[in-house]
Amino acid sequence: MALSSLGRAVLGKGQFGFIVAPAVNTCQTVCNYSTPPPTPPLKDKYGPLSDEDRIFTNLYGRHDWRLKGALKRGDWYKTKEIILRGPDYILNEVKTSGLRGRGGAGFPSGMKWSFMNKPSDGRPKYLVVNADEGEPGTCKDREIMRHDPHKLIEGCLVAGRAMGARAAYIYIRGEFYNEASNLQVAIMEAYQAGLIGKNACGSGYDFDVFVHRGAGAYICGEETALIESIEGKQGKPRLKPPFPADIGVFGCPTTVANVETVAVSPTICRRGGEWFLGLGRPRNSGTKLFNISGHVNNPCTVEEEMSIPLKELIQRHAGDVTGGWDNLLAIIPGGSSTPLIPKSVCEDVLMDFDGLIAAQTSLGTAAIIVMNKQTDIVKAIARLIMFYKHESCGQCTPCREGINWMNKIIYRMVDGNAQPAEIDMLWELSKQIEGHTICALGDGAAWPVQGLIRHFRPELEARMKKFHEAHGAEKVAASN
Amino acid sequence: MQSSLRKVFRTFVCPTRGFKSSPASCHDSLFVHRDSKEDNLDVNFEFTPENRKRADAIISIYPEGHQRAAVIPLLDLAQRQYGWLPISAMHHVADLLNMPKMRVYEVATFYTMFIRKPIGKFHVQVCTTTPCWLRGSDEIVDCIRKKIGADVGGTSKDGLFTLSEVECLGACVNAPMVQINDDYYEDLTVQDTEEILDDLKNGKKPRAGPRSGRYAAEPAGGLTSLTGEPTGPGFKVRPDL
Repeated sequence: MALSSLGRAVLGKGQFGFIVAPAVNTCQTVCNYSTPPPTPPLKDKYGPLSDEDRIFTNLYGRHDWRLKGALKRGDWYKTKEIILRGPDYILNEVKTSGLRGRGGAGFPSGMKWSFMNKPSDGRPKYLVVNADEGEPGTCKDREIMRHDPHKLIEGCLVAGRAMGARAAYIYIRGEFYNEASNLQVAIMEAYQAGLIGKNACGSGYDFDVFVHRGAGAYICGEETALIESIEGKQGKPRLKPPFPADIGVFGCPTTVANVETVAVSPTICRRGGEWFLGLGRPRNSGTKLFNISGHVNNPCTVEEEMSIPLKELIQRHAGDVTGGWDNLLAIIPGGSSTPLIPKSVCEDVLMDFDGLIAAQTSLGTAAIIVMNKQTDIVKAIARLIMFYKHESCGQCTPCREGINWMNKIIYRMVDGNAQPAEIDMLWELSKQIEGHTICALGDGAAWPVQGLIRHFRPELEARMKKFHEAHGAEKVAASN
Repeated sequence: MQSSLRKVFRTFVCPTRGFKSSPASCHDSLFVHRDSKEDNLDVNFEFTPENRKRADAIISIYPEGHQRAAVIPLLDLAQRQYGWLPISAMHHVADLLNMPKMRVYEVATFYTMFIRKPIGKFHVQVCTTTPCWLRGSDEIVDCIRKKIGADVGGTSKDGLFTLSEVECLGACVNAPMVQINDDYYEDLTVQDTEEILDDLKNGKKPRAGPRSGRYAAEPAGGLTSLTGEPTGPGFKVRPDL
């Protein structure tokens, strides 16, 4: 698609009076700090990260992933001291670091973990680690679990201590059989070395870590669906409140956290929150695992500083877009649920929560899907909608029925077999799904469609025109 | 006579739009159980002694009174033992966990990894979601389809291969990829796919992982990070700890 039509797309946005992504509103309300965040020194350049500041030093599996190798890389170093300093110390460090959840919503982790520190009513507390990684584009947790499992286990202990949790359940997606087996081996090693279990690390704190394998359902990555699934039920999200911090797994207070969030916490406690805060922009601190997939020369997973410019990230680590940077059409910056951004936005957008919200999209899981100009962009998005149609749990009508409708309409649009008025209908439909469901899967299905319409309306219209010219009006499907 | 009258009526008197209905939408697989030769209540299923031990170990990780949490792992164990999941295996798991059968059916039909009908020895699952599709998963599906002589959802005549199209398997930077039983085969070309299928057919076990020569998710063009030796214990640790 030519640049001129991209220009028209921007015009079209004004003409039809589209409002900015409501994704933004939901996320902002979620991400508001109750206390002002600590401010790090402002830098004028973010990234590249030096190897010294990288947390996942065995990301590519070039070294031994078992306990011996992990100890050599500095895992489990002074864990006992961290545990002995108690929950307040850990929570304080995590709060200072400004760490925000790495699973998509970006909720401040220190605050989330502190919700668990209410006076005990006798029920045990649990930490649940969300390793049900299924968002198209995302494959970061897999690398942690197969190449650096001890980071995750140590993270469970540290995060678990901060919450006063008795045990951690790591819910790993069923398809990751080899990853689960690496993780299980690492857990057995940690038990044998006395690092977890009774008197973990000799600190007097008892803590167990269990692995629970799922069985193939994307929806189980939603925290309450995950809790249901651990309890041995269908993975259908629960209404909130009660929040998991009050009533979670097995009816006990629970916090669900992403693998990456948990796995970085020991390093934050060891090096201090200030170190983590010094990376990235204010409110978006730290390092992040980025997955770069799709049309790039060298797809890869890489740990980089937050707020690194998208263009630099792709050119430095993924060997540029296939066919050169000018051959770029659009990028999905944070996994399939986030709206796409066209090349004009990609030029200077910064990869962090605030930078992408300003670009009407979201950081999500930082899984970058690159599409070059040879891509059938409508089909790419249509395929994502088919994914959501398949993965909808079926509890809420707007999601179960609405995504099916969107799927039917958008697949007709792939061929151009639709009326131009149906673009607005599709937009309206996506708005009716978004925010009207128990969990965020409906939102996640609506946003890619909205991104497509926002930036590629001329492309859709051109296809319809072409189809009408080729087939005449009588073959076109009725618009109502 | 009556029908021609109706025709006249329709043509001249009441030229309304005909009643149109869309086809009933249905899921990829049947949710209800239908007795068949392979899958009926007379099929005998019981965990082998080793699997029974495994089952007890699995049940023990859940708190007292919440044993039903083990239903997903136990169904998976049963499926591994039997090859697929017959209804008698679901009943066995229900008895073992002392939970209503209906609750087990609910779980077994909800999760896509539970296969409730006979399946080939090798379950070839091709990811065709956008990141894989962008890098040519359609050709991989076509190649497998031709190679095994069965369509998506079908099993080859020799009973070796069953082909499924699945949603994202979480190896997007190694796209396109297939999962065959428990192993991921990544960075595939059509030629690689043919080789893998040939090897499996000849009783060899092809090496799992990326086929492009890289080890995992590092960039293929050479490392751009983590080039040196990893730092050791105590590196950059705050002095007051």
